[in-house]
Amino acid sequence: MRAVWILWLRQLKRYSRSRARIVGSLGQPLLFLFALGFGFGPVFARAGNGSYMEFVTPGIITMAIVFTAVFGGIEMIWDRQFGFLKETLVAPVPRLAIVIGRTSGGATVALLQGLIVFVVCLLAGFRVHHPLLLPLALAFMGLISMLFTAIGTAIGSVLRDMQGFQLILNFLVLPLFFFSNALFPLAGLPAPLRTVVLLNPLSYGVAGMRAAFSGGIGFDMATDFAVLGAAAAFSLGISSLLFSRIEA
Amino acid sequence: MESMIEVRELVRTFGNLTAVDHICFSVPVGGIRAFLGPNGAGKTTTIKMLTTVLAPTSGQIRIAGHDPVREPMLVRRAFGIVFQDPSLDDELTAQENLALHAALYGVPRKEQTQRIEALLGFVGLWERRGDYVKQYSGGMKRRLEIARAFLHQPRLLFLDEPTLGLDPQTRSLIWDFVKGLAKEQSVTVFFTTHAMEEAERVADDITVIDHGRIVAEGTAAMLREATATSSLEEAFIALTGRDIREDEASPAERMRMVRRAWRGR
Repeated sequence: MRAVWILWLRQLKRYSRSRARIVGSLGQPLLFLFALGFGFGPVFARAGNGSYMEFVTPGIITMAIVFTAVFGGIEMIWDRQFGFLKETLVAPVPRLAIVIGRTSGGATVALLQGLIVFVVCLLAGFRVHHPLLLPLALAFMGLISMLFTAIGTAIGSVLRDMQGFQLILNFLVLPLFFFSNALFPLAGLPAPLRTVVLLNPLSYGVAGMRAAFSGGIGFDMATDFAVLGAAAAFSLGISSLLFSRIEA
Repeated sequence: MESMIEVRELVRTFGNLTAVDHICFSVPVGGIRAFLGPNGAGKTTTIKMLTTVLAPTSGQIRIAGHDPVREPMLVRRAFGIVFQDPSLDDELTAQENLALHAALYGVPRKEQTQRIEALLGFVGLWERRGDYVKQYSGGMKRRLEIARAFLHQPRLLFLDEPTLGLDPQTRSLIWDFVKGLAKEQSVTVFFTTHAMEEAERVADDITVIDHGRIVAEGTAAMLREATATSSLEEAFIALTGRDIREDEASPAERMRMVRRAWRGR
């Protein structure tokens, strides 16, 4: 337990000490928020869908979380390259505890990053309809953080250096984000795209968060929670397995 | 005498390459053993198998009576290690690195503060305890790693080229400390080095490995005698030949080179 705690704390310390990273990784979601949020707003409203800002904010928060989480997991490659990983591998601590410590730390960092973006969105005009449902939105944000930190950790356990990084970004992270309901609504999509979006676990996270913000609690939200939770648990299992196979 | 390390017919292959080829040796409790060999001889591969991070292809290992493959936790609790490459977290302070180690090894909290203070004082880093490790010089990092290896008071110490890049003062300070631990607390020490005079001075016994096989074993005097040479350095060359060995750069080394190149601009 102490090992899990100290590894969690380590991730947080590293995060809070790299201001450049905090500010830097805000750039992309904020760019999306302002360019898309204000740019598409008029078209979206004219199509009778209401406020695009309101629609896209959960998507933008998700974006911040997904990127921070995946890179937090992949960061393990640096630990391997610069040696710190060995220190944990020879310690009398089960690999599972190491994975849990690392991923929960990475997920906490991603969640914090999501919260910062949330606050910025509030300043930009986003309104929460039911403040009482905020804990639910937080729960969805937390699950998305876990899911994607675990995915990043799984990738980091397999890759030996950063050369596959671009590949991961362009063929995994960006498609997962763009082929979800983060930026556009599901209604009226062509059937193939709709299928892809529905197969993407991230869509359930965005949908759940969106429902929590707008007060649309109901059966759908339970489904969202179940799908996202199952995906997070599954990827945690995979990442633990892959991590336990690392040889120095 | 009871042995702390017992290795029998140990083999590790990587594809077609046999890095470690049926080696056998044992190190008694409280013994100081130098493990010598040219680059790429199989030293680091052997240490990785002894320290539970690499599975042997075949053969038996006993560390403090336990099998690293089947009882890794018991083995890990028994030893401390200074790696050949750095293994500190650069973004944490020296004190935080040690506190992290203490938590991983379950050092009682009450003793933790006092031990950290004593060890940092010993390696001369107490004044700099609050600095990030990235601000440390190579020698300071090395000293911190050595302090960390002692923190959980292991019965067995693996030191993989521990004094690389240290000045003579620090080297002798550390070896005196290691010898003291072996003598007074029966800590067993297993170390590699390319500095032959260090091996001669510190080790009780020497094992020489080359091309994955053990080519000689005994005290420095015995090795000199067997090869009819006057120093361990000459004996080493007589045993392992004069060829310069090619050592393939690991991804970590390549990455470090890249980083150095960028920083140097």
